[in-house]
Amino acid sequence: MSSLYWWLTLAVLLFCIGAFGVLVRRNVIVIIMCLELMLNAVNIALVAISNFRGGALGAGTLFSLFIITLAAAEVTVGLAIVIANYRNRRTVQTDQYNELKG
Amino acid sequence: MGGTQYMKIAVALIVLLPLAGFFITLLLGKRLFRAKAHVLPVALVTVTAVLSVYAFEWVFRHPHEAFVWNAFSWVAAGRFTVAWGFLVDPLTGVMLLVVGIIGMLVHYYSIGYMKDDPGYYRFFAYLNLFMFAMFVLILANNYLLLFLGWEGVGLCSYLLISFWFRKKTASQAGKKAFLVNRVGDFGFTLGMFLIFVTTGTLQFTGVFDKAETIGSGTLLWICLLLFTGAVGKSAQFPLHVWLPDAMEGPTPVSALIHAATMVNAGVYMVARSYPLFVQAHTAMLVVMIVGTFTAIYAAYIAITQNDIKKVIAYSTVSSLGFMFMALGAGAWAAGIFYLFAHGFFKGLLFLCSGSVIHAMGGEQDMRQMGGLRKKIPITFWTMLIGAIALIGVFPFAGFWAKDEILGGDFSHGYYVVWAVGIVTAFLTAVFAFRLIFMTFFGESRASAEVQHHIHESPKVMTIPLVLLAIPAALLGLVIGWPPETGWIHTFLQPVFFDVEHEKFVWLGVGGGLMVFSVAVALLGVYVAYVLYIRRTELPGRLAARLPGAYKASLNKMYMDQVYERVPIRSTIAFARWLWTFFDVKVIDGAVNGLGRLWELFGERLRPLQTGRVQNYAFSIFAGMLVLVVVLAWIWGS
Repeated sequence: MSSLYWWLTLAVLLFCIGAFGVLVRRNVIVIIMCLELMLNAVNIALVAISNFRGGALGAGTLFSLFIITLAAAEVTVGLAIVIANYRNRRTVQTDQYNELKG
Repeated sequence: MGGTQYMKIAVALIVLLPLAGFFITLLLGKRLFRAKAHVLPVALVTVTAVLSVYAFEWVFRHPHEAFVWNAFSWVAAGRFTVAWGFLVDPLTGVMLLVVGIIGMLVHYYSIGYMKDDPGYYRFFAYLNLFMFAMFVLILANNYLLLFLGWEGVGLCSYLLISFWFRKKTASQAGKKAFLVNRVGDFGFTLGMFLIFVTTGTLQFTGVFDKAETIGSGTLLWICLLLFTGAVGKSAQFPLHVWLPDAMEGPTPVSALIHAATMVNAGVYMVARSYPLFVQAHTAMLVVMIVGTFTAIYAAYIAITQNDIKKVIAYSTVSSLGFMFMALGAGAWAAGIFYLFAHGFFKGLLFLCSGSVIHAMGGEQDMRQMGGLRKKIPITFWTMLIGAIALIGVFPFAGFWAKDEILGGDFSHGYYVVWAVGIVTAFLTAVFAFRLIFMTFFGESRASAEVQHHIHESPKVMTIPLVLLAIPAALLGLVIGWPPETGWIHTFLQPVFFDVEHEKFVWLGVGGGLMVFSVAVALLGVYVAYVLYIRRTELPGRLAARLPGAYKASLNKMYMDQVYERVPIRSTIAFARWLWTFFDVKVIDGAVNGLGRLWELFGERLRPLQTGRVQNYAFSIFAGMLVLVVVLAWIWGS
């Protein structure tokens, strides 16, 4: 068993934990944190594959850098929306965001 | 050539001036002209009357060349081209005189008759529009332009019949006229289609040049379809029902449109299509039979009518039947001659009846009249002249025209038609003098208050009466003498070119016929005299003795009821079926059913839309997972 296998197992575990969190948690902030977890799981997978198969400075590394940048931006915007929404609704629970439901 | 240049201007002005009068009066009449709304229309119509006389005079000077002017192209679609084209030939010239002069006199008369009517400006605007349409009709040199005028006069007829539209009967009568005319116009339109399909043109000259090459079956259909249009417009049986009801309109309208001009359009159109009809003997026979039947049928109804205008209306239907009888028998010039004379004396009779109604304060029932002779002398004398002209006593206008028609029937061997014509002439004399005697003679049967107000109409109304009485009296002598070769015949010769002329034998059969028909007319007058002056109890006893015949006549041979029963009720029943079954069940059912179907779908799919983001995210993940598994399975195998 090469150590790539363990790295990928870690990535899959982290991804599943993140996905599970996104699906079951009701708190928006936790959901965003879980999203970050999923993104970082992907980062780990990319970097690991890049390291073991294509050299340290391969395309995988480059992708993970992009993802980190995008994740930062995404979190900024996402949290800003959460704050704005919180000011209006006084809640961060997704099941209470149901005004449009007929 | 200078002459045609002037003619072009004249024809253009004849058409355009009334149209301009219509628009200006309609737009400005209510606010600006008010009680002076008549000035412009009357002035314009006077000018057009003068121009009509000028155009007539031009034809008179150039009897053998027709004035043809294609002003500009109207419709151009491939092979189908129609121009705003005008044609002035002797036939048009005669019509121009009738329309121009009577139109002008009726306009003047209306100034007095319609005084203080709230729709004063509207009335004159419509009259001008009518003049425009009528001039287009008679000046057109192709069927489509003729049809434009034809529909235009139909529209004006509708507008003017239901002029007092607040009155239920008037608006109903207008609708009736419009709808009944649609039936005829449908035939006319089909006729035009057939003409275009067979000859490739609608231009009169183009069509007539090819008349001999059209197959006899097609030609028969063309003629019958065109005649259907004429039956509608000229109120022939069985489409005559609208004309008596049209009397709901103001009396000047009845005189102008429903006696002197528009109703003659059918006769004019058949006469204009003469080169087609002479080739189709069956069609001519149909024309003659319909005309003959209508003549006697309407005269029979006229005998018992009590409304003064209804009597004259049925008389008009009968007279129009006479004209078609003449055309069908091949006495073309005599038919047009009768049209010409009839325009004057029937217009006169209507205007006189209007004057009577005016004097009686709106009363139209002759049973409420009587003894008016002394009180409204001008109306009495002019109406007497009109009546004598109508029944055809020597030497008044009707005599020459009517006897030429009857003589034509006789000499062409249509003895039955001739006999029916004689009976009609007798009935005509009876009802015409019944009208005169009931209205002007005997004791007045009006209430004291009405009697107190009886007065002769103003000058603006009586002068047109006098001016119309002159041609009604003398026209026949001037243009109809000597019979069969008189001026009108020579004048119309270029139009009805190949009708063989039979020499009229003044002291032979022809003279005998004339004496006979005058004797019949005088007998009719005598019968009317006995019935309505000498022994006034007789009509009631006659009616009691012959209840069937009397009621049939009084109820207009039940034609209205027949129409009510058969076409109208079945149409309404069909419409009701369309409404209650087809519309409600089929159409609404389909539309509502579709709506309900989607509603049902929506109802089923609604629970999926929980509004919770995580449920959607779960679907995405689940879907993704399924995809991955499927792909892995495909690649794996």
